[in-house]
Amino acid sequence: MSDTSKEQNNTNLERRDLLKGLATVPIAGVFLVNLWRKMSRDRAKKANLLSNLIQKKSAPAAIKSMANSRHLNIGIIGYGGRGSHLVRGAGFATKGWTDTVSENARKNKLDKQFETFMTQEDLNCSLIGVCDLFDVNAELGLNASQNDVRPGGKPKATATRYRHYKDLLADDDIDAVIIATPDHWHSRISIDAAKAGKHVYCEKGMTRTFDEAIDVYDAVKETGITFQLGHQNRQVEANEKAKEIIDQGLLGPINLVEIATNRNSPWGAWVWGIHPEGNEKTIDWDTFQEPSPNKIPFGEEALKRFFRWRCWYDYGTGLSGDLLSHDFDAINQMMDIGIPKYASSTGGVYFYKDGRDVPDVWNATFEYPDKDLTLLYSATLSSMNPRGNRIMGHDASMQMGGQSGGGSIHGFVVTADEQSTQYKERLESGMINPNYPIYTYSPGSKDIDGVTSATSRYFANKGLLYTYREGKRVDPTHLHIKDWLESIRDGSMPRCNIDVAFHEAVACAMATESYLTGRRIEWDPVNRKLI
Amino acid sequence: MSELDSSIKNNQYQFYGLVVLRVLIGWHLLYEGISKLINPYWSSAAYLLDSKWIFSGLAKTIVSNPTLLTISDYANMYGLTLVGVSLLLGLFSRYGSIVGMGFVLSYYLFAPPLLGLEYGKPNEGSYLIVNKNLIEACALWVLYAFPTSQIIGLDRFFSNQEKN
Repeated sequence: MSDTSKEQNNTNLERRDLLKGLATVPIAGVFLVNLWRKMSRDRAKKANLLSNLIQKKSAPAAIKSMANSRHLNIGIIGYGGRGSHLVRGAGFATKGWTDTVSENARKNKLDKQFETFMTQEDLNCSLIGVCDLFDVNAELGLNASQNDVRPGGKPKATATRYRHYKDLLADDDIDAVIIATPDHWHSRISIDAAKAGKHVYCEKGMTRTFDEAIDVYDAVKETGITFQLGHQNRQVEANEKAKEIIDQGLLGPINLVEIATNRNSPWGAWVWGIHPEGNEKTIDWDTFQEPSPNKIPFGEEALKRFFRWRCWYDYGTGLSGDLLSHDFDAINQMMDIGIPKYASSTGGVYFYKDGRDVPDVWNATFEYPDKDLTLLYSATLSSMNPRGNRIMGHDASMQMGGQSGGGSIHGFVVTADEQSTQYKERLESGMINPNYPIYTYSPGSKDIDGVTSATSRYFANKGLLYTYREGKRVDPTHLHIKDWLESIRDGSMPRCNIDVAFHEAVACAMATESYLTGRRIEWDPVNRKLI
Repeated sequence: MSELDSSIKNNQYQFYGLVVLRVLIGWHLLYEGISKLINPYWSSAAYLLDSKWIFSGLAKTIVSNPTLLTISDYANMYGLTLVGVSLLLGLFSRYGSIVGMGFVLSYYLFAPPLLGLEYGKPNEGSYLIVNKNLIEACALWVLYAFPTSQIIGLDRFFSNQEKN
């Protein structure tokens, strides 16, 4: 072989080497081109949806430090199940509770209850008064005021027990009271507290009757105290996001909203345990039933009524004040619907035939002729079907979570309607597919993603995806108490102030009245009367 | 055994079959990695939370610890991307194969389709004990055992072996 042909051969070999070594590089090029195309497509798809959706980005709630704020002394009236949760929201839990949840956290690393409580902000307040008609609960309340295991460390002061709420209100050191008694006491205590100059956090439903709602409204307005109704959904970010979407008209005209309660357990139907230490000596039964229309002597029936009061109209309003009120308020928060013109409701005691007089299946409709809107509430205590709440617009529907009582905590999805006018072109061009959500909100997520995978949609609906991402969960009840205390200090209006609380109270009272009288109830806003 | 048997090297069907397998798996893992990198909301938490069988305890530990979860997220995002590049371009492909096998096998082990285990996440196919993760892990083992990057791939430039 000549030198030239050898060289030629070597060059050929080198070229072959090079070609073989780089043989798959063009495939990487094809990959990159397709990646770029896919990314631009997704970007276009997102931009197309989000350009409409995110006109207003809500800034994260400003965290004001409470350390240098005015110290407030609070009292709790009614330290039962809900009362103890509210007091925990203010930063005070019993030793028994902190022991149990810290033990739970040790056993199960995903149980964040203890961490959530301990990382709550210190609200710079003390629990100095406890009033409960059941001795055991009153003692627990005192215990909570003394427990060092809390955000902020050792409490600055501890609580005194008062037998009657009037004695607690007479304590000049108390600035504000949390009322978590059964509903039949709400109005009297709220009004007396307002007159005594105490700020009020009152659990929902605001009152047992319509007349009481008027009286509480007037008392709060006359005295100028800071009143917060216990709808912690007002603090839930999902509801704020939903409001932004609705305000921007992305659902189109909305003529029907469906809200629902589905529960299917004795606990969910308020068949709660009768405390073994509950007896004539430990329960002040006469005071308990003082405002109720029907009185019975202390005995087995009275014990049942004391611990399961939600089952009787003498003390509450059943599904109306207990569960409809939450979902009604959530819709009022998102859509500012206010008080309906008409309400009617029907139902019955169909499953829990245990002597209760409040229905366990109950459906109510609320008409808003001036808003071209019907609000439909449907509840059953004998099926867990996860209907969730649905806001049905001409252009898109919003489906919110599964569980009753604040289902939206688990996020929501918005899906375009295939007959939508607003999205007609995008539906035709395939940019929007009516079978898939155009918008998915997952709790904890900082932004909204229009292009989600099946997996993230699944987890978004379960509310799991971002719960641990930031490593911190916050209890909306804590935020709601915080909002109230902040408003007391700076004179601003809390999120569930007396004006919106009054909407809830009147709407629920109208539906209850309709069930009890079998008539359609009309609201007369001029004379503030039910017709 | 770091070199391909000459009988396979000389058999075009067998040899290019292996190259195609390497490139396809490389493509798949590269996109798995990049799609996670470009999604600001991606987290391994969702997958780990649904874990069943012997590693479910470890999965919970990872999810409940923000540092471990961050490590897991980054390991998956960058690990898969690098393994994908390695297989696709034929660069350090033997390491790529074995590391890739580790990743894919761990996906199998964290959520294997065994009898009696049910998952919240919807499946795209029907699996009994064997699923695509297990098969892909096995395919990566094959690629480890039958390396092709020294002939087709950037590894060729680092190789002293007899070239074809």
